Amino acid sequence: MVTLTIDGKNIAMPEGTTVLDAARMFNIEIPTLCHHPKLTPFGGCRLCIVEVKGVPRPLTSCTTPVSEGMEVTTSTPALEDLRKTMLELILSDHPNDCMVCEKAGDCTLQELAYFYGIRENRFGGERRIYEKKDGNPFIERDMGKCILCGRCVKVCDEIQGVGAIDFAYRGFKSKICPTFEKDLDCEFCGQCVAVCPTGALTGKMWQLRGRQKDIKGIDTTCPYCGTGCNLTLHVRQNEVVRVTSKEDTWNEGWLCAKGRFGYSFINSPDRLTKPLIRIVTRDKGQGTSKNNDSSLVTCRSSLFREASWDEALDYIAAKLKEIKERHGADSIAGLSSARCTTEENYLFQKFMRAAVGTNNVDHCARL
Amino acid sequence: MTNSIREIEGMEVIFVIGSNTKETHPVIANMMLKALHKGTKLIVADPRRVPLVRFSEIFLRLKPGTDVALLNGMAHVILKEGLHNDEFINERTEGFDEWEKSIETFTPHNASKITGIPEEEIIKAAKLYGGSRKAGIFYTMGITQHTHGTDNVNAIANLALITGNIGREHTGINPLRGQNNVQGACDAGCLPNVYPGYQRVDMPMVKKKFEDAWGVRLSDKEGLKSTEMVESAFKGKLKALYVLGENPMLTDPNIEHTRKALAKLEFMVVQDIFLTETAALADVVLPAACFAEKNGTFINTERKVQLVRKAVEPPGDAKEDSRIIAELSNRIGYPMRYSSAEEISEELGSLWPALSGISYSRIRANGIHWPCPTKDHPGTEYLYKAGFPRGKVSFTPVKYVPPAEVTDNDYPFILTTGRNLFQYHGGSMTRRVAPIEKHAGEPYVEINTEDAKKAGIKDGEKIKVTSRRGQIEIKARVTDRISSGVLFIPMHYREAAANMITTDALDPHAKTPEFKVCAVKIEK
Repeated sequence: MVTLTIDGKNIAMPEGTTVLDAARMFNIEIPTLCHHPKLTPFGGCRLCIVEVKGVPRPLTSCTTPVSEGMEVTTSTPALEDLRKTMLELILSDHPNDCMVCEKAGDCTLQELAYFYGIRENRFGGERRIYEKKDGNPFIERDMGKCILCGRCVKVCDEIQGVGAIDFAYRGFKSKICPTFEKDLDCEFCGQCVAVCPTGALTGKMWQLRGRQKDIKGIDTTCPYCGTGCNLTLHVRQNEVVRVTSKEDTWNEGWLCAKGRFGYSFINSPDRLTKPLIRIVTRDKGQGTSKNNDSSLVTCRSSLFREASWDEALDYIAAKLKEIKERHGADSIAGLSSARCTTEENYLFQKFMRAAVGTNNVDHCARL
Repeated sequence: MTNSIREIEGMEVIFVIGSNTKETHPVIANMMLKALHKGTKLIVADPRRVPLVRFSEIFLRLKPGTDVALLNGMAHVILKEGLHNDEFINERTEGFDEWEKSIETFTPHNASKITGIPEEEIIKAAKLYGGSRKAGIFYTMGITQHTHGTDNVNAIANLALITGNIGREHTGINPLRGQNNVQGACDAGCLPNVYPGYQRVDMPMVKKKFEDAWGVRLSDKEGLKSTEMVESAFKGKLKALYVLGENPMLTDPNIEHTRKALAKLEFMVVQDIFLTETAALADVVLPAACFAEKNGTFINTERKVQLVRKAVEPPGDAKEDSRIIAELSNRIGYPMRYSSAEEISEELGSLWPALSGISYSRIRANGIHWPCPTKDHPGTEYLYKAGFPRGKVSFTPVKYVPPAEVTDNDYPFILTTGRNLFQYHGGSMTRRVAPIEKHAGEPYVEINTEDAKKAGIKDGEKIKVTSRRGQIEIKARVTDRISSGVLFIPMHYREAAANMITTDALDPHAKTPEFKVCAVKIEK
């Protein structure tokens, strides 16, 4: 263990801990933009600078390991002045369009500008102009808002192992882009979107669906593969408008393309909304495997008529009773669903066993 | 999984066989990458150069359906090199001597001949896995969807048993389950031979327990497995089928056969969120609520019970499946009255001790791994810490048997099917997500560059793929990701459904179809 003081507090930390992590463990706030707890330190944004006694210049706390007897000060008028200047420099090349930005209310840069009271900017000058031109269907890359913090580059490499993007060019012309500035063509896990501290990376399908106001966040479990990632559904007016995952979940906030971007089926116009009863014999108008979605949906009205719940359930109950009487309970079988909840599966097998009277119940575990 | 996902990070060796983890369980792959950054070594065995191969120390590119030969070959090397765990074998297993004899012929040389993997690669992999006492095996349908799927699983178990790589933290056998709640559906008793909690229907004591709990006489006759239901319907024995959120018309093998079978049913009910291919054949279709529209739990691949919470109202008259089932049961003369999903969950917990200690209030923030028998039990991250439930476990000798259908002059290619990163299973959900459809909305067959050249097939060209059961037209994707002589088609696409051509040959024990191997030919 290494002992040091941060803002006069005596602190003991394991060797190798950074000053930033040590401070945050003791709820000492240090502003950052490029730092992310799951990624290797970068030291790019320079906001996390601190003063260390005996060192003439400020040090970036995210890249400075604690050492024995170190005396750290995280906030002085000089440090705050430098931080404000850093932010002003970043904002001098950032569109001042929070009013229409997808990220407003959930934007680290906006939050810092608020705390440092930056409204006017001393550093008017040349701006980098980017065209939004990436045609991929998942991720909006609005590079005019990029502050080159490098989180997306790191997450893509270190967490996802893909490396679809990197820094290109030098100096003022630096930018983050895929190889040869082509459209993004990757696993579209959206990890980069999740860690972007500004509105540079957002979900294309999120646009104009609501930002923070009137959004309810509901924590739940992903409906796709068996990994069981924890999701937060963002709901506005009875519609899921965005899916995220929190950093403190077991999956650390990481998701895949399906979990993060594959939610719009919930509101699909194809959803079944009424019980349907068949009006033609089964040999006619069968759904064929060549059918695409739309033909299946349009054939709905030629195959079925809408019914009330009472009618549909009475009909099923009468048919099942009749078949059971004529052929025995084992002439009836049930296929349950690995997509449904455990409770529903329990109820379904109980229905087949206790109400119908057969053990003919299974699900798609083999497929 | 005998381990939890958290433990992956602490494994020294990860052996992935028959699992395209980076595409089918992407976030588990993330956890594997995290381990690799810390120095963990990765072995991948797969007929395809799946994305995870990029991170592997050893890639064993085996011929589809030869897993037993590889696994037995590795066991052979482990024994020869003295890397086995005598203490574990003596204390916790039986049948070692007999099994040892059964693998005598699986020398690396012979294993190499069957699998097509170079001898030295088999030896290297065996030494790496056998040399570690913190090694985890991961597999999915690449192991189970074979006529000898059960043999494959047994061969994996044997490998874990000779090394003692099970029953401790960071080491075990980890089948990754493909669907959100396939674990929960099994646990809840949606299996024809067992009640909830794997309690057998043909044991009088067990039957009595459930008869008392449910207040009704029950059948002790084992029921039909899903694949057998289709057969029984085809023979006219099964008269009625109630399908909850499944689409066998796309996901079962040999679709034409499935269609004929379902058409013979007197009565079929489908309860789903969309009008699927199967629902289009039903007599009654009931509109259900989807995951975002109800409360309950999913149990993930590591046996962790996690909450599902209602976020929005279901559309129109659609209802939660549990309400539909209960209302139907009431009408059939077996009343079911539950005021909430939690109440159902408590009933299940009262019938299976492994879930008894898990309540909704305990899993509000974090899930709990079963077994969790009491309210103060923390749950069980890895299984068999205190030994195996039946005392000693047996080695199961496993012979190499070729797949049910092998290639010949008429059908010279092996077809293997699976999933891709973007689409999901029968696609009723993901194919309705516009960005996914835009990016990965077209069916394709992967064909090796050399094979394509020989057949004069260009990338993107439409070809016919034909088996003894059917034919589909599909775009060729020319790639070295797949070996010569093998084709791959993802299962998701109804317009070129892989299951039009797959075989309905089943594993004799598990009744799992052999989706991973059938013989096909290609034409332009």
